[in-house]
Amino acid sequence: MTLQTRHPAPGPAPAAAAVPRPKARRFSALLHRSPNLRLAGLVTAPAGWLVLVYIAALAALLVTAFWTVDTFTGKVSTEWTTENVVTVLTDPVYQRITLRTLWIAIAVTLIDLVLALPMAFFIAKVASPRWQKLLVVAVLMPLWASYLVKAYAWRNVLADGGLLEWLGTPVGLESPGYGETAVILTLAYIWLPFMILPIYAGFERVPDSLLEASGDLGAKPLATMRLVMFPLLVPSIIAGTIFTFSLSLGDYITAQIVGGTTQMLGTVVYANVGAANNLPFAAAVSLVPIVIIMLYLFIVRRSGALNSL
Amino acid sequence: MRLSRSAKVVLGVITALVFLFIYLPLLLVVVNSFNADRTFGWPPKGFTLEWWGRAFDSPGVREAVVSSLWVAAVSTLISLVLGTLLALALLRYKFFGRDVISLLVILPIALPGIVTGIALNNMFTTILGVSLSMWTVVIAHATFCMVTVFNNVIARLRRMHGGLEEASADLGAGVFTTFRLVTFPQLRSALLAGGLLAFALSFDEIIVTTFTIGAGDTTLPIWILQNLFRPNQAPVVNVVAVVLIVVSIVPIWLAQRLSQDSVGIGATRVKATEG
Repeated sequence: MTLQTRHPAPGPAPAAAAVPRPKARRFSALLHRSPNLRLAGLVTAPAGWLVLVYIAALAALLVTAFWTVDTFTGKVSTEWTTENVVTVLTDPVYQRITLRTLWIAIAVTLIDLVLALPMAFFIAKVASPRWQKLLVVAVLMPLWASYLVKAYAWRNVLADGGLLEWLGTPVGLESPGYGETAVILTLAYIWLPFMILPIYAGFERVPDSLLEASGDLGAKPLATMRLVMFPLLVPSIIAGTIFTFSLSLGDYITAQIVGGTTQMLGTVVYANVGAANNLPFAAAVSLVPIVIIMLYLFIVRRSGALNSL
Repeated sequence: MRLSRSAKVVLGVITALVFLFIYLPLLLVVVNSFNADRTFGWPPKGFTLEWWGRAFDSPGVREAVVSSLWVAAVSTLISLVLGTLLALALLRYKFFGRDVISLLVILPIALPGIVTGIALNNMFTTILGVSLSMWTVVIAHATFCMVTVFNNVIARLRRMHGGLEEASADLGAGVFTTFRLVTFPQLRSALLAGGLLAFALSFDEIIVTTFTIGAGDTTLPIWILQNLFRPNQAPVVNVVAVVLIVVSIVPIWLAQRLSQDSVGIGATRVKATEG
């Protein structure tokens, strides 16, 4: 009897599942016969969304950079001009801002690299399996905490009479206050997990047996690190730098919160979208980080780093 | 390679220090939300619950919480549907343009947020002439939330056995019945994990949001940004910041427990390319 209740004879009970409406049935059969139709049903909506919303928007951004703003109406006019792009490239003010933004992004990347390497190595190769799991979660949690809150936290840390001053005074260090150094510190803080995770994954993939073999053949730990581990790790390191570099290049919130008067490419874009109401110029400025990132991706493409993103 | 004991200790100490560096500033925000001193000098001179009470009574904060929840819920829903469809398509079929699409889906989080933000702002205001609203925020958020759902679902699909679905078809189940009774139950926890991540991502997003939100609307992060530089609001800003930390970290913690697939952006992608 129990068997019968579990597998009932063709009765009315599972009707919804076994005997669907004829129309749906025919459609389902059609889908079953035609994999192309199935694929089209799956791919149309998400690919359409990505192309119509995102790719179209990026293309429009490129086009808008070559338009201009009507000085009377404040509306975008679709007259073609290279003025915006030329200004961004040749005006010393914007050249200086571009260089400063680049410098900040490079400094952030280097700081994160120095902090992430020993830490990722410890988590992947020294910590016991139980600790390893715990530590990875401990890196992941703040990764997802709000970017805004993290920048805000550093505003508190760096403030007059804040934590950094309190910690630093006994050893003779001062808080750098709000400015370029503060931006670098805060961005390095915010993007650090993005550097740790790929490098940790890279260390994980280096087999222990390889390291043991190197040791058995007489290499000291430092030689093993330099000659065996480092070459295997290069793609992961580059993957990490792509994140820290590209995310820092586009920042403007951190610059607003702890930067004082520091101008970055992002703050120029933001000011031109909001207060100055010059979208074509903002679009032209935003092309600078896009081009730099594309160039960087192009240079590192051969290292295989893009596969470990 | 055998590390000496002292090398291990040094590495351990460095790791501990970096963790301190990671958690101390966040902890400071939490402590400051109870700090009795309005200027938040360190160390705190006393503790109070007054700011928490004030944050709960503030109509601006309450409104911002409601709209943040709404935006996060709607964009999570959209990205769940789109992300799942895309993962099924990319893993189960080989077709022209497959590699391009798999690159496309990570582009919104690989390019800096400001690029996504201004591109969408320009698209809505200049090209389409649509006025910015909560709906434009939802469209923007769904675009970059899709990737978290996609990553979770595709990682699960890779570990799943296609044989079960074939068996279901052989036994006479239609395409939809098979999805409902065979595929979906296996995907359920991956969907929940991906959805939680998408929710957390959307709930505290600020960069793209500032570019796509209408003039009169506020989400919680926008509220913080607007009140950050007002000294008399500083205590309430601290409380809201703590709420943001909790709302974004708890779903991550849950998602981590739900799925055996790794949750970090970097880690998931590394896993995805390995598999």
